[in-house]
Amino acid sequence: MQIMSEIIVPKLNPITADLGPSPKNNGADSLIETESLSLSYGSNKALKNVSFKIRERVVTAFIGPSGCGKTTLLRCFNRMNDLIDNVRIEGLVKIANHDIYSPNVDVIELRKRVGMVFQRSNPFPKSIFENIAYAVRLHGMKKKSELEAVVEQSLRRAALWDEVKDRMHSTALGLSGGQQQRLCIARAIAIKPEIILMDEPASALDPIATSRVEELILELRKEFTIVIVTHNMQQAARISDYTAFFYLGELIEYDTTTKIFTSPGHKKTEDYVTGRFG
Amino acid sequence: MKSTRYFRAEKFAVGSFFFTGLTGLATVLILSILAVIVGNIFWHGLPYVSWRFITGGTEKDMFDVEKAGVLPLIVGTTAKVMLMTIFVLPVGVITAVYLTEYARTTSLLTRFIRGAVNNLAGVPSIVFGLFGLGFFVYFVGGKLDAFLHPHDASPHWGQPAILWASLTLAVMTLPVVIVATEESLRAIPPGLREGSLALGATKLQTIIKVVLPQALPGILTGAILSIGRAAGEVAPILMTGAAYYLASLPKSPTDPFMDLAYHVYILSTQSVNIERTKPLLYATIVVLLLLTFTLNFVAVLIRAHMRKKMRLLQ
Repeated sequence: MQIMSEIIVPKLNPITADLGPSPKNNGADSLIETESLSLSYGSNKALKNVSFKIRERVVTAFIGPSGCGKTTLLRCFNRMNDLIDNVRIEGLVKIANHDIYSPNVDVIELRKRVGMVFQRSNPFPKSIFENIAYAVRLHGMKKKSELEAVVEQSLRRAALWDEVKDRMHSTALGLSGGQQQRLCIARAIAIKPEIILMDEPASALDPIATSRVEELILELRKEFTIVIVTHNMQQAARISDYTAFFYLGELIEYDTTTKIFTSPGHKKTEDYVTGRFG
Repeated sequence: MKSTRYFRAEKFAVGSFFFTGLTGLATVLILSILAVIVGNIFWHGLPYVSWRFITGGTEKDMFDVEKAGVLPLIVGTTAKVMLMTIFVLPVGVITAVYLTEYARTTSLLTRFIRGAVNNLAGVPSIVFGLFGLGFFVYFVGGKLDAFLHPHDASPHWGQPAILWASLTLAVMTLPVVIVATEESLRAIPPGLREGSLALGATKLQTIIKVVLPQALPGILTGAILSIGRAAGEVAPILMTGAAYYLASLPKSPTDPFMDLAYHVYILSTQSVNIERTKPLLYATIVVLLLLTFTLNFVAVLIRAHMRKKMRLLQ
C-alpha cells in the first residue's frame, strides 16, 4: 500500500469509527477525511459543516447542482483554494490521518501527492514531451533517459502513447480536446500521486472522448484514489463506487453509488438523481 | 411586411455607407500625412545618403553635406538605445510580474504603484532630463567619484555620459514596458498557472517556466515601443550625455556621445548658413528614420521568431 509517509505520519492509523452512512465501509482504509469543514468566500458560505470520509482506491463522485460546493470541496484537498483571496476555512481536512491545513505541512509536497485534473484541459504551450517532463523534472529527475521512460510510461497509462508517440516534440496545443485532457491526466500521474482530483474532466468533451476518459478512470482506480466532480449523473453511475450528493454547501447524502441511484435515503437526492431539479 | 424590411435595409445601408466612408477618410488622412512627411524627407535627403556619408565622421565640417558624416551619430544612438533596453527590460518585467502575480489588486500599495506608473508616463520628457542630470550625473556619478577617485579633481563618473543618458531614458520608458508586460501577463489563462501549481510547482517556478515564456512576445512589444520612443527623444539626453561635437567615438559607457536626434536639432539651429546645411539636415533625418526602423524591425523579427517557435516548437 502506498501511503503518504513523507509529509505525513509514518503509518496509516486504522480508523475505527464507522465511515458515515455507508454500511459497507469497515473503516480501515479511509484516505481523505473532513471534520465539520466550513468554507466561505468573504461573506458567502460555500461549504457548511461537511464531515465524511473517502476510501482508498475507489472512485468517489461528487454530484449536485451548480454552486453546491462540490468543486470548492475538491479544491480543499490539494489546497488550491489557498490561491483565492478572502477564503476562510474552518474544521479539519485530513489526508492519511494528517491535518493538511496545519502550518507544518509543505503545500508543494501535498500537491505532489494529490494530483488534479481540471474542467478545461490546460496543457502547457510546450511540446507533448515537455508537458509531462515539466513536473517530473521540477521534482528532481534530470536524466534524459529516465525522463523519457517516465514520459512514455505515463502516456501509456493514460492510453495516449499510440496516438502521440510519433510527435512527442510537437506542440500539445495541436491535440484534440479529448487528447489534451488525457495528456493532462498523464501529466498528473507522471509524478506518481496517490490521489487524483478530477473537476468535471469530461464536461467539455464529445461523447467518444468522454467515454475514453471514463475508461481511463476505471483503469486508474486500480492504483489511485480518485475523487471526481461531475454534472453528468450517468457518468457518476458508470464510473464511481461511492457518490456524495451536495446541496447548497451541505453534504446531503453519501453512500455507495448503487444505493444513491437506486434507493436514495433523502427526498432531495432522489429529486436530483431522477432529474426533477438541478 | 416586405416594404418595412426593404425600408429598414435601405436606411441601414445609407448609415453603413456613411460610416464606412468616414472611417475610410480618416485612414486616408493618416496615411497621406505619413506619406507627405516621409516622402518629403526621403525626396530631399536620400540623394545625399552615400557610403561616405554613413561611414564618415563630423570632424571636417559638421555643417556641410559634402564633408560631414554620421558614423559617430549612428554609433552613439545605437549604443544608447541598446543600453536603455538592457536597463529597462529587467526592471519593467519584474515590476509587472510583481503587480500581476504577487500583489493583491485591491491593496493600497498596489494602487499606489499603479498610480505612480501612470504618472511617470505623463511626465514631460524635459523633466526626465533634469532628473537624470540631478540624480544620475550629479548624485550617483558624483558619489561614485567621491568614493572611487577621492584624490582626483576631474570627474570620471560625475559627467554627462552615455550610461546616464541610457538610464534616464530607461526611467522614461519604464511605464511602456510595465504596461505592455502586464497586459500580456493578464492575457495568460489562469488555468495554466493552476495546472502548474497543482503539479507541485512553486509560484516562482510557475512564473519562470510557464508564465514568462508565454508573455515574451508581449514583453518584446513593450521593448519595441520603448525603443521607438527612446531613439527619437532629445530632451532626456540633452543634459545627461549627448554632446554637441566629439572628436572620437565613445570608448566606455562613462563617455559622452553624439546622438542623431540631438544632432538634427543642432543642425537646424546652430548653422550659420541654413541653406548650405539643409541637405545635410534632410540626409541626417533619413538616417535617423532608417536607424529607428531598423532597430524596430530587428525587435519585430525576434518577436515573430519567438511566436513561431511557440506555435510550432519544432
